Amino acid sequence: MKNLDPQLVWAFAGVLGLLALSSLIGLALKAFIRKPEAQATISNLNARIGAWWIMSAIFALTLVIGPIGSLVLFGLMSFLALREYVTLLPTRRADHRTLFWAFFIFTPLQYLLIGIQWYGMFAILIPVFAFLFVPARLAIAGDTESFLERASTIQWGLMICVYCLSYTPALLMLQIPGYGRPAKLMLYLVLVDQLSDVMQYVWGKMLGRHKIAPVVSPNKTWEGFVGGVLSATAIGTALWWMTPFTPAVAAAVSLAITLMGFAGGLTMSAIKRDRGVKDYGTLIKGHGGILDRMDSMCFAAPVFFHIVRYFYVR
Amino acid sequence: MKAHPLAGIIAGAARLISGVNVRWVDSEPDPRQTVYFANHTSHLDFVVLWSSLPAEIRARTRPVAAQDYWQKGLRRAIAVNVFRAVLVARRHTVQEGEVASADPRQAMGHMLDAMGSDNSLILFPEGTRGTGEEVAAFKSGLYYLSQQRPGLRLVPGYLNNLNRILPKGEFLPVPFISRLTFGPALTLAPDEPKAAFLTRAREALCRLRSI
Repeated sequence: MKNLDPQLVWAFAGVLGLLALSSLIGLALKAFIRKPEAQATISNLNARIGAWWIMSAIFALTLVIGPIGSLVLFGLMSFLALREYVTLLPTRRADHRTLFWAFFIFTPLQYLLIGIQWYGMFAILIPVFAFLFVPARLAIAGDTESFLERASTIQWGLMICVYCLSYTPALLMLQIPGYGRPAKLMLYLVLVDQLSDVMQYVWGKMLGRHKIAPVVSPNKTWEGFVGGVLSATAIGTALWWMTPFTPAVAAAVSLAITLMGFAGGLTMSAIKRDRGVKDYGTLIKGHGGILDRMDSMCFAAPVFFHIVRYFYVR
Repeated sequence: MKAHPLAGIIAGAARLISGVNVRWVDSEPDPRQTVYFANHTSHLDFVVLWSSLPAEIRARTRPVAAQDYWQKGLRRAIAVNVFRAVLVARRHTVQEGEVASADPRQAMGHMLDAMGSDNSLILFPEGTRGTGEEVAAFKSGLYYLSQQRPGLRLVPGYLNNLNRILPKGEFLPVPFISRLTFGPALTLAPDEPKAAFLTRAREALCRLRSI
């Protein structure tokens, strides 16, 4: 229980309160709104809230276990996200062994490097070594059909699903003078990023009129975007006490997280539309797949990490 | 028939590895005696199809598998004891690498015996594994079984992506999310000619590919 510092407990208590409140609202909507056209939305909302309880419990548990817990959790999420991603690719028979390397060598290695705190190698394993390995291994396999497309889609999947996502537990490597365990910082990032998604959804459902990019994502509206970004930034500012930031810096950092998260959601939607699917998977009830839930994290985590590392480490 | 103690664990592991997403289109699991037939692209096929059936149906469903592949050692022990596979001899003819039952009548007898009065079967009517792009013409097994058991339910199940997880000739799997789509049952109509029936069954299966 040495990992439980009081600030972490307060943050967990806040999440618990928020979950309880959402469940009550979900139940109330189910009980009082009788409009048949709203039923699908309400049952999806309740499925999402149910899934949030489970996801929060898993995340809290791994955070309490310590760095190993978080590394296993995010390593598994990278693995499953990459699986969802490659399922959508038009891979060819000759890609098989290169993909085997991506899943069973590069993915575990990336998280192992965080575990042994080897920052220098963590930062270049995928952008340098995997980047060069993938096309070389494909060339050895001997199939030149759509060669560049195949090589770059595999490289891109490794970058997004493994490299970018691994920046979340990589926060645990940071030694910030005068700040306790960086587990709180990881929780802060996840809270602001995920609440930004939730608030964009909530504002979008309540007020959403003007679509931002109807072809890419029919559910993203200007009202949802502005409301979500502002409320998540407000929450991130109010949580400055669990970070090494001053309130003003916390506001700026939260804004960066929410904007990056929005860019991530939009980008990952564009891929789904290109491949003609609604969701990446069906693992998380009401949400879709891992990649549907973590799309914003993939973009927010690396930027957040480097902001903190540049300004607060050393 | 009681399920093997390992059956549940193996079924769970198979579903996890294959990430299979099971859908019943215009149909639902039915405990009545059935022949499940599917496209064949990977050694994982029957394991995944078998694992995707509800436990009580699975316990009475026996896959039909090639004796030459499953006859030795641990493979055989699992095939016979856990899946209660019906092992059927096949003969490799030299031309085109085509595969046919060594003695179709004998194989048919094995299958009918294995079905008894209430067991179901899993059958791959193409006879051999394909590339995953095309479903080959069906062998006659489905027709002869239906002739012997009038009114026999035949349920098509289309398997997507298993050839990508473990393609022909590879021994290490790569994770992909696979999909199994079951469709409504069909039965042999009285006086339906063999060729027409086999075409109808194949089309019922192919229709599920992109639903």
